[in-house]
Amino acid sequence: MRENDVILQTVSKVAVFIILTFGMYLFLSGHHNPGGGFIGGLTLSSAVILLYIAFDVESVNKGIPVDFKLVAAAGVLISVLSGTGALLFGADFLSQSFAYFDLPLLGKTELTTVVLFEAGVALAVVGVVVTILINISEDV
Amino acid sequence: MNNILVFPMVIPVITGVALLFFRSYPAVQRWSTIAAMLSVFAISLWILEDVRSNGIMRLDFGGWTPPFGITFVADSFAMLLVAAASFVSLICMLYAVFAGDKRREYYFQYTFMLLLIAGVNGAFLTGDLFNLFVCFEVMLLASYVLMTLGGEKKQLTEGIKYVLINILSSWLFLLGLAYVYGTLGTLNFAQLSLRIAEAGQPPILTAISILFLAVFSLKAGLVLYFWLPGSYSALPTAVSALFAALLTKVGVYALFRTFTLLFYHEPSITHTIIGWMAITTLAGGSLGAIAYVDIRKIAAYNVVIAIGFILVGLASNNAAGIQGSIYYLVHDIVIKGLLFLIIGTIIYLTSNARLDRTSGLITNYPILGWIFLITTLSLGGVPPFSGFAGKLMIGQGAISSGEYVMVGAAFLSSLFVLYSLIRIFLNMFWGEVLIPRKHQIPLPFPLLAPLVVLAIVTIGLGLGMDFMAPYVTDAATVLMNPEVYIEGALDNE
Repeated sequence: MRENDVILQTVSKVAVFIILTFGMYLFLSGHHNPGGGFIGGLTLSSAVILLYIAFDVESVNKGIPVDFKLVAAAGVLISVLSGTGALLFGADFLSQSFAYFDLPLLGKTELTTVVLFEAGVALAVVGVVVTILINISEDV
Repeated sequence: MNNILVFPMVIPVITGVALLFFRSYPAVQRWSTIAAMLSVFAISLWILEDVRSNGIMRLDFGGWTPPFGITFVADSFAMLLVAAASFVSLICMLYAVFAGDKRREYYFQYTFMLLLIAGVNGAFLTGDLFNLFVCFEVMLLASYVLMTLGGEKKQLTEGIKYVLINILSSWLFLLGLAYVYGTLGTLNFAQLSLRIAEAGQPPILTAISILFLAVFSLKAGLVLYFWLPGSYSALPTAVSALFAALLTKVGVYALFRTFTLLFYHEPSITHTIIGWMAITTLAGGSLGAIAYVDIRKIAAYNVVIAIGFILVGLASNNAAGIQGSIYYLVHDIVIKGLLFLIIGTIIYLTSNARLDRTSGLITNYPILGWIFLITTLSLGGVPPFSGFAGKLMIGQGAISSGEYVMVGAAFLSSLFVLYSLIRIFLNMFWGEVLIPRKHQIPLPFPLLAPLVVLAIVTIGLGLGMDFMAPYVTDAATVLMNPEVYIEGALDNE
């Protein structure tokens, strides 16, 4: 479509990794600091959208052969099932728990089940945002 | 801790979303939908029985106790509606399965039907005003999709009106929430009720309650029903039955909840307004029901009349009226599902929606004809069928609070209901046989079976009134005594 977007494409190749890293950082920091699944998911999806803008839909689809509708569905499933998981331990629906573990390299680390829930949220956001934007772009 | 309470909402969500992965397997989609609805219905019956014997049940999501966390509260009123709604959706799903619209199935029809039911059940069960809004939105978003799925021209024109009007009312709902939170500092039903009682419902709160009245009236089709007949008649049969049975009832449920649990201190203002709105609705609905020759429109105006009728019970504001409304709500969920399935089937069989272009259908399809007659009698409130108990008790309630105008309007509207449906019966089912038997479109038994089941249920509900009575009495007791609900919903042991 566009003839001469060497600069955009070159910058995007680098920028996408920076955005993805930042998105993951936001996602992981969400437990105690500003961030979380929703914002992390939005940032991650902006990386994918940047790829779609810099390159064309076909080549990105070839590079990332994923149906984003199903990504969103998987996200919702993970979130809801992580909530029902609490039922197995005799706790209320959507109960979360956490514990501290000594991991190699990282030292004392907090691991929590809410990460699963947030991962579902992030996947749902990525799936929905990308699906919406691709569909809008098909109309134009 | 009663985790079972979450299942009527979570099972449809999980099933609906999981079905997205089985797009090319219609058989999997169909039967897992039916299995999901069957289990939801069974679970809701179990909870209903448990609530009646052990009192109000509550679930605090994630262990966060009210008024801080998200809670689901099940009283008999909510559970009767959940059970009735789940049952009728199960039947509508069966009809959709046997009708087998391949294109809509491929575009996730079942997923959105399940999400709609999740929203409806969530709205019945939620214990705070904000999550009522959220569940309304879940239900409405799914209904927007179902409204336009298929992309027929009529669907799209009606769909845009439907979406706009609902977005406006959702916005007003949100505004009302902001007002309530600004004045009372909480959105939990039980705590709101306590705080409104402490403040004695000053004029500012009454004004806010009128805003909620407007919002829920729009969802329920009380006076503000102008969007309803057009949009309901643009839908495929199974979906239109689902809409007619469930969507307006959620608005009615919200009206009952807010005006029996929260804003019940100024009945001379709020309940009088509701009474006049009910009378207006009855009058408008009755005129609509006899004005049209399009049978889908007639059926849609019958939905409107029923809403007015149920709210006469709320407006009379006494135990008999409320009990009558509960009976009538359950009856109406069943019978409106049945009516719309029949109307859709007639249109499928004759490919026309005008009542003056066909006649003699009872010779072609005898069972369908007799089921339609049963539906007519049941809607009119003739004794052995399910409409009778509700009409009788609503009448008693209105008389004992001296609202003779409402009694007159309510029973006059029943005559209009009877007339409008008997007109369909006389024109389309009786008379000269226009379609020779060998040219008629066959009506396969699987398509007829859901109608037969619903017809049996409407007879059963009428004859088995005694069986339902303890649940209804319990539901009415909770509605008439807010402190029972508050104790069940707020008590932190």
